[in-house]
Parts: sequence; structure tokens; C-alpha cells
Amino acid sequence: MSVVRIGTGAGFQGDRIAPAVDLAERGELDFLVFECLAERTIALAQQARLADPAAGFDPLLERRMRAVLPACARNGTRIVTNMGAANPRAAAERTRSVVRELGLSLTVAAVIGDDVLHLVGDCILAETGAPARALKDRLISANAYIGVAGIVEALDAGADIVICGRASDPALFLAPLVHRFGWAMDDWERLGRGTLVGHLLECSAQITGGYFADPGVKDVPNLAEVGFPLAEVSEDGTAVITKLPGTGGMVTRATCTEQLLYEIHDPVRYMQPDVVADFSKVELDEIGPDRVRVTGGSGQPASGQLKVSVGYRDGWRGEGQISYAGANCVARGRLAADLVHQRLAELGDRILEERAELIGLDAVAPAVARGAADPAEVRLRVAARCADAETAERVGEEVEGLYLCGPAGGGGVSRASREIIAVVSTLIPAASVSVRVELTEGVDA
Amino acid sequence: MKLHEIAHARTGDKGDTSNISVIAYRVEDWPLIEREVTAERVARHMGGVSPADVTRYALPQLHALNFVIRGALTGGVTRSLALDAHGKCLASVLLEMEI
Repeated sequence: MSVVRIGTGAGFQGDRIAPAVDLAERGELDFLVFECLAERTIALAQQARLADPAAGFDPLLERRMRAVLPACARNGTRIVTNMGAANPRAAAERTRSVVRELGLSLTVAAVIGDDVLHLVGDCILAETGAPARALKDRLISANAYIGVAGIVEALDAGADIVICGRASDPALFLAPLVHRFGWAMDDWERLGRGTLVGHLLECSAQITGGYFADPGVKDVPNLAEVGFPLAEVSEDGTAVITKLPGTGGMVTRATCTEQLLYEIHDPVRYMQPDVVADFSKVELDEIGPDRVRVTGGSGQPASGQLKVSVGYRDGWRGEGQISYAGANCVARGRLAADLVHQRLAELGDRILEERAELIGLDAVAPAVARGAADPAEVRLRVAARCADAETAERVGEEVEGLYLCGPAGGGGVSRASREIIAVVSTLIPAASVSVRVELTEGVDA
Repeated sequence: MKLHEIAHARTGDKGDTSNISVIAYRVEDWPLIEREVTAERVARHMGGVSPADVTRYALPQLHALNFVIRGALTGGVTRSLALDAHGKCLASVLLEMEI
């Protein structure tokens, strides 16, 4: 059977749009997949939907669709995306409006059912050991990482655009392969290989030279115009990862190896809703310029459990920063940190957790001593998790107060506060989650 | 020499767990990396990490190691107060290891 060409249109919510348009126009793609939903994004989207029942889907949905749909319609490229976030039905409706406005004729499907908030009350949270219901009114959302079933059903029914909410990221790519090749849902080897393709593609430019450059040791050509990846997938699930000619970046064994292990724990057991994929024997071979052949993926039967992301309100976060430079800057920065700490102490248990660090010295690599550090400048950063918004504001205020009341020579204050939406996880039996497909608003396929 | 001279790396995060890949540029450096870059040494190098919280997986055909470090992200990206809540910078920190 012929090869399926599947490309990545986005690897996170804020990803660039032009490379997706390029793929739609020149990629000769069968499928273009947009992965736009991080762990926390769906909890934020759920909040947006609570405030406005017509909201809760990806804010860039309309822009992305307008940009790629003309070329996709012309070239017969079908779209799969999780831009539905907390409201796939409303996202599908909005997409149908765009399709009409563009004068196109495309079928748009919504995949519904990942919202399991009504099911998780008794589920034990992995991080706390307590049931989800213990979060009481702080609980905002619970979304299961669903598998390919709903997306495959929508594609089988003829949908040109399939919009879901929370699904496993690789499943967005695996589903078109299951649909096109007719893979059995107990063909663990093929499902594992399709998952591997999805995992390699799901972060867009992270496999084409993005997030890779290290000048002098890992140089990347024309990174400013980095292209997004596509895979040519064969019926047996083996694939070639590549990118469009003329785009920036590169596809090499090294870029593919970094992405293969990205966010992987035990490579023998990559837990997915439809399969436990095995990446431990994967082989990557450079078979041409910007062409890497991927073989050796495998899989084992799925666990029967779905991971669920549970979002809850976890207080407020306040932050303030101020810079010190030149002679004795580290000591002045440390004095400033002490002063802010003393000032915040009067707020007592309204400060739940506090952290101070000197950017340039110990902020992102706090535990690794580099010996006697003598930086030209440091920037104090104080952050605290607080019980309420007012206390969170105080953190920035206390840093700002250092202008006149703190150590000598502090400058460039910035401050911010926001509510913390935390995400924890639990498991739910896959059989308890029912997924539906709507090809027309409110009507099941 | 620093590990940076012979290997590249990338960090990923899931909840409060960080994973860091370490990949040899050249196959001839793989035996050295496999021998020297142990879970215990990684724990010691990263500081504040117990060796019991570090698991090492090897993919010899790709001359790559994968280190999984539990409890490394002060609660994970959604609630950590850290500047780099994802721990994205940790891979480059690991490449400073002397071997």
C-alpha cells in the first residue's frame, strides 16, 4: 500500500503559523496535525468556558484555520487537532463558519467525551494520595487523555477536519494511520510504531533543528526559517522523518534522538491510551539529506487505564524582580532578598511558599556550585505562593519598595501576580469513558 | 573534559519528574559515557538529588542514555515557583559534568 504523508502544523499553542501553511501548500500531505494543548492549557480553557459557554477552545483556532484551509482543501489534506480544548463542539462550530466564509465545502467533526469531571470524585490523585473530591470547590477540570477511537470514527465517516479536546498527543497522529491503513486495535507492534511517529512529530520543530542549536558544537542552518516536520509512513508503521526543501533547520540522527527521548521515562513502556509503546529498540538511519528512517518501534497491550489531568485552584502567585550590577552586586542582591523576606514575614501563613534567587548566579541551576562566582550583574527574583490575590500583590510591592528603601543601586523592577491553576493526575478505567463524534452540531455521527 | 565536548542532551518534564537524555556525538565515545555517567554521578552532579530518585535507561544502538529524576521540579510546571519551572535548563547543567 502507498505511503501516508503526515505533517505537523503546530507543536504547542503559540507555535508559528507560516510553517504550517508551507506544509499545507507544498507538502503533498494526506494529513496535517495541530497539537496545541499543554497540561495546564485545558484547565485554563475550562475556566474560560465557565465564564462564557461559547468559549474554552484555542484562541488561535480561527487564525490557524483561515491560514491553512484554502491549501488543505485544494490538496485534499485532512486536519486533526486538539484545538477544541475544553469546548470541541464550539470549536467545530467556529471552524464551520470559517469554512463557509472561505467558500469551501469541508466536513468538520467534533470529538466529545474527554471531560470526565463527573467521574473522578473518588479517583486517587497520584501526587497527594487523596481522592479528587478532597479538592472541593477548588476543583476546576478533569480531562482524560483519550485514544484514537473517536478521531478514527470521524475520519471513517468522512470528516475533513477533526477537532478534539484532551487526547494523547501521539494519538492525534496515530489515528490517521489507523484510519488509512486499517490497523487492528490489537496490532500492538503497528500501534507502537504509529505512536513512535506521533511522538517524534508532536513537538513540531523540535525534530527539525529547533531547540537543538548549541553554537560551535551543534550548529543549525537557517534556524530563523526552521521548517516543520513531516513523516512518510509505510503500512508496516516504519517511517521517514523529513522536512520541506528550502526550509531552515535539519533532520538528522541527532535531532531525532533528542526528540525520541523527550519526555520519555522507561523507553520500554511509553504509556498510551491504546498501546504501551516500546521505543527501546528504535533505529534511526540517515538515508539522505534531511531524511531519517525510523524502524524498530514496538508495543504491548494497553493498560486499560487512561491518565486524567485534574486542574484546581492552588492559591495566588506573586513575583518581583530587581537588578544589581558592578562591585559587590551579589552581596547587595542577597541583602535585598533578606529584606524582602523579613517584610513578607509579617503576612504569616498567608504566604504558603516562598523562594528567592539571584538570576545570573543560582536561579535555574541552584544546586550546581561553579566556585567563587563574580558575575557582572545579578537580578533578584522573589516568588511566593499566597493564599489570596492581595498577598500576592504584596510580593511585587515589597520588591518595588527596594527602590528607595533597599540596598544601593537597585534598578529595573518588574512585578506580576496571577492565580495558580495547578494540574495533578489520576487514572480512570478506559471503559468508563464514552467518546462521541458529532459531524453536525449536536448530532452524533 | 566536560561531558559537553562529547555528548548532547535534552530535558523533558512530566509533572514533578524531569528526564534528561545524554547522547554521544560519536560512537567511539559511547563506552566512556556508558561507564562514567552513572545514575549516582548524575545525582551528585545535579545536587540536592538523592541517587534513589534517579533511574538510568540505556539505548546502546543510539549511543544514548536517559535519566529520569523524580521530584526534581519542585512540584511541576503548573505550581512550581521556579524561574525555569519545566527544568528546561537542566540538560545543559548536566553537560558540565567532568569526566
